[in-house]
Amino acid sequence: MRYFIGIWIFLIIAVVSLLGFRGSKSKDQPLYVFPDMDWQAKYLPQGENKFFADGRNDRPMVPGTAGRGYGNQLASVFSADYTDPVSENPPLYSGKDDEGEWMRGFPVEVNDEFMLLGQQKYDIFCAVCHGASGDGNGVVKQYEGATLIASLLQERLMAMPEGEIFNTITHGKLNMGAYGMKLRPDERWAVVAYVRALQLASSASVDDVPEQFKSELGL
Amino acid sequence: MANIFPKWTNIAPLKVAACLLLFVGTVVLGITYYATPKWTEVGFQPIQPVAFSHALHVDQLGLDCRYCHTYVDRSEHSNVPAASTCMNCHSMVLSSDDRLAPVRESYESGEPVPWVRIHNTPDYVYFNHSVHVNRGVSCVECHGQINEMEEVYQAKSLSMAFCLECHRNPENFIRPPDEVYNLDWQPESAAAQIEQGEKFVHDWKVMPPQSCSGCHR
Repeated sequence: MRYFIGIWIFLIIAVVSLLGFRGSKSKDQPLYVFPDMDWQAKYLPQGENKFFADGRNDRPMVPGTAGRGYGNQLASVFSADYTDPVSENPPLYSGKDDEGEWMRGFPVEVNDEFMLLGQQKYDIFCAVCHGASGDGNGVVKQYEGATLIASLLQERLMAMPEGEIFNTITHGKLNMGAYGMKLRPDERWAVVAYVRALQLASSASVDDVPEQFKSELGL
Repeated sequence: MANIFPKWTNIAPLKVAACLLLFVGTVVLGITYYATPKWTEVGFQPIQPVAFSHALHVDQLGLDCRYCHTYVDRSEHSNVPAASTCMNCHSMVLSSDDRLAPVRESYESGEPVPWVRIHNTPDYVYFNHSVHVNRGVSCVECHGQINEMEEVYQAKSLSMAFCLECHRNPENFIRPPDEVYNLDWQPESAAAQIEQGEKFVHDWKVMPPQSCSGCHR
């Protein structure tokens, strides 16, 4: 018995020192004891696929084709009644009016909800560089190399048509990357609306503050 | 006639039983402790092609999760960002740093950066990111304090028991939807968590499935 307990305790210590404790960091792939159907031959988003030459599941757009529908509303896309949303409201997607000029104003209704959406998206995607107030002093500005971040509060951009700002968000400009794939068209217009609000606020005076908010600001 | 069994055999069965008990007991303990994703998967921290630090980008610089994982709130899959997302800033910042060479290469060639996937559920589990983040389940509930990780590792087991813990009592985990991406958010107290959680579950009709086909197809 004494021998058995001795050997057993030694074995326990050996196993624990080999396997370690829960939560300890490891560079190795996890151990799958029963990998039944854990890995199936199916297409997963951003997955690997040996069938295609570039080795990935997500297929880039075939050259010369046009996208049909947005997101994963497949039912409507494949329906016989499907109408291309672009044809219903072209400026919403292009930022241009009927004459092909940059649109002034908005192709959608601007309301409180829309502005809040714009604020939310601006704070996520734009404030990083352009700053929360639009002055171009975002958190990226402190780094060497990030010298060409435009202030959104300059005269030139205040005079710029809404459609052109929309276009810049969609396709990027100079150092700025394209945000068209990150924001839906209506979200981009919401950001434009919020940028307009920031521009208004930057040159506003005390008199522009509505009466009911003055006490809040201590005025 | 001498005794057939010597005296020591009197306690031999007891000794054998004690040894067996010890043997079975420790084996059961060992299996309970080790044969679970809490040991096999938690702590997986592979070496990535680029040593991207969430602690720097999120905690220090204050980037929102959705700047990179943009489609997490409208897709079942939380996307790993394309190199172009990195290049939005890194075309200017650290634009010739060696550490970012794989990103620039990917940006120019279109070949993806070979990131190593860390969080994996079996292929028969259909987890939808958007439905969770849009109903007040924060990133930290499954990914841990990822905003403080220099190097990402798996923090939670992601086992079925782990999922059910929340699916059975969502009010213990659900937070106000505008705090989902605020990974440092804490409820004021445990009681406050339950109270606002129950209210949210009721108001938004949160009914996490507990049937098999809710998640398995």
